[in-house]
Amino acid sequence: MAEMATRIEMIEARRPPDLRRGVLGWLRANLFDGPRNSVITLCVLAVLGWGLWPLVQWALIDADWLGSTREACSGEGACWVFISARFETIVYGFYPEAARWRVDTVFMMLGLLIAWLAIPRLPAKRWVGLFALVGFPVVAYVLLLGGHFGLMAVPTREWGGLMLTLTVAVVGIVGSLPLGVVLALGRRSRMPLVRGVCVVFIEFWRGVPLITVLFMASVMLPLFVPNEVEFDKLLRALIGIMFFWSAYMAEVVRGGLQAIPKGQEEAAKALGMGYWRRMGLIVLPQALKLVIPGIVNTFIALFKDTSLVLIIGLFDLLAIIRSGLTDSNWLGFATEGYVFAALMFWVFCFSMSRYSQYIERRLHTGHRN
Amino acid sequence: MATTNTASAPADEPMISVEGLNKWYGDFHVLRDIDLTVAKGERIVICGPSGSGKSTLIRCLNHLEEHQQGRIVVDGVTMTQDVKRIEQIRRNVGMVFQHFNLFPHLSVLDNCCISQTWVQKKPRAEAEKTAMEFLERVRIADQAHKYPGQLSGGQQQRVAIARALCMRPEVMLFDEPTSALDPEMIKEVLDVMVELARDGMTMLCVTHEMGFAKTVADRVIFMDQGQIIEQAPPETFFNHPQSDRTQMFLSQILGH
Repeated sequence: MAEMATRIEMIEARRPPDLRRGVLGWLRANLFDGPRNSVITLCVLAVLGWGLWPLVQWALIDADWLGSTREACSGEGACWVFISARFETIVYGFYPEAARWRVDTVFMMLGLLIAWLAIPRLPAKRWVGLFALVGFPVVAYVLLLGGHFGLMAVPTREWGGLMLTLTVAVVGIVGSLPLGVVLALGRRSRMPLVRGVCVVFIEFWRGVPLITVLFMASVMLPLFVPNEVEFDKLLRALIGIMFFWSAYMAEVVRGGLQAIPKGQEEAAKALGMGYWRRMGLIVLPQALKLVIPGIVNTFIALFKDTSLVLIIGLFDLLAIIRSGLTDSNWLGFATEGYVFAALMFWVFCFSMSRYSQYIERRLHTGHRN
Repeated sequence: MATTNTASAPADEPMISVEGLNKWYGDFHVLRDIDLTVAKGERIVICGPSGSGKSTLIRCLNHLEEHQQGRIVVDGVTMTQDVKRIEQIRRNVGMVFQHFNLFPHLSVLDNCCISQTWVQKKPRAEAEKTAMEFLERVRIADQAHKYPGQLSGGQQQRVAIARALCMRPEVMLFDEPTSALDPEMIKEVLDVMVELARDGMTMLCVTHEMGFAKTVADRVIFMDQGQIIEQAPPETFFNHPQSDRTQMFLSQILGH
């Protein structure tokens, strides 16, 4: 009979074999896992190549890149000259050329602020965030609209293109999230009046198509307010968009609030926290983290729907590209225009999506209890 | 540091007094004519079958549940609907829950500091010092920078006890603190509770741990169907239970 064995030392943890790691390991495990799967992988690659090749050829290989007039287009592939020749208009709309540095400044500040807030290593997040929410809108407002400090006034009807799209999107995003959070909290309030107001607000704005909201803002509202009251069209559209999306945001956030166990609030109560501390310190940080996918989903929908402002005569990115299609010098470049517009929208939306996934991973603190 | 925000009850006055407490959930009468007085430093274990209202009773003491009739006075403060007064009472009453209810988005240290800095307005450094002191006491200081999700159930419950103690409460309420734990973790939590009891903390524990009741309780209260059926020191309670229902309950939980 074998002797009883007792292990005295623990076996050290070792690294997994190299073949299971890295790019090669991944390829091996996922694409070339045995002869059958290797054949399938090669077939799929062939089909993809065969299907996508014409697109690549049209968009990249046969395309015309250089030049400034229609003569530069050979007609074999895409003619990106159409875009590059109109690039300034696509970005700035009808914004006066002499004042475009103001738009550039605002773009750069926005980019810097977003980067600063998005990169975890950079310090002083609180102050930068405060500036982004309070200081930056004022600076951007003064710079873009002008009329103060010797800056030439640029009325909003001259705004357009990417700068208008970004203005609408950023104001919509920055305005609808906090408003949505307040509405979501209000809808769960125990005070009947607060709850009632929030429910009516949410259900009204959610039940109306955005196009209707924009029409009402631009056509109907002026009928009700006296003529002397000048109410900028873009401002009306911005408020409409903000209210509309805050109703959606409220329901997304409410979903998150409902997912937080009651015990969390009870524990905060037991520690003597009042309502706003319980919400601000305990419930909302968890609820918002939980609904990041839903929030970003709403942001992306908002971003894409900014192009609806074209129906009230504002020329956003898409509208300005469309208007270029009717330029008699450039007839027949609709495909390039739409592909470029789609690409621009996609780049912004995809960046938001990727960043949200990164944030989700970063905020993950192990299993929930 | 004693409570600075309230006039602490004089030594001869009870820490908690409950008179004629009644509570309904809709038509269901959960608490019926509860009278209870808890002296400063007294350790009380409340037991009874599930649904007997024992958790509801201690949850009324810090107004996690609202009562409809009766009077509750905690540390000299009478409970009313007034939010400020309720928060004042809650700052003096620590609570430990069955499911720990730690804040999963905060580290262990932050769990212990958040209420000190935001409710008691202590400077961060002082709050951290207090937190580490109590984490040391529940023997989990080495995990201070982990998140609750990375700890075992027993460890989480000890953190929850430390978190409540950081507020320097006059009374601690325990709502079935070991019921959600794996058997091998119950002891580490009970040990901490026994130490706390020996230090003279006023405690009310809803628990099925009869060993704990025998070791530390000054008084054991048996509840059934929303009423206090019997209360006695542990020796009397376990060896000479008076009512039939108590005898039956004891035979059921001690019988195997």
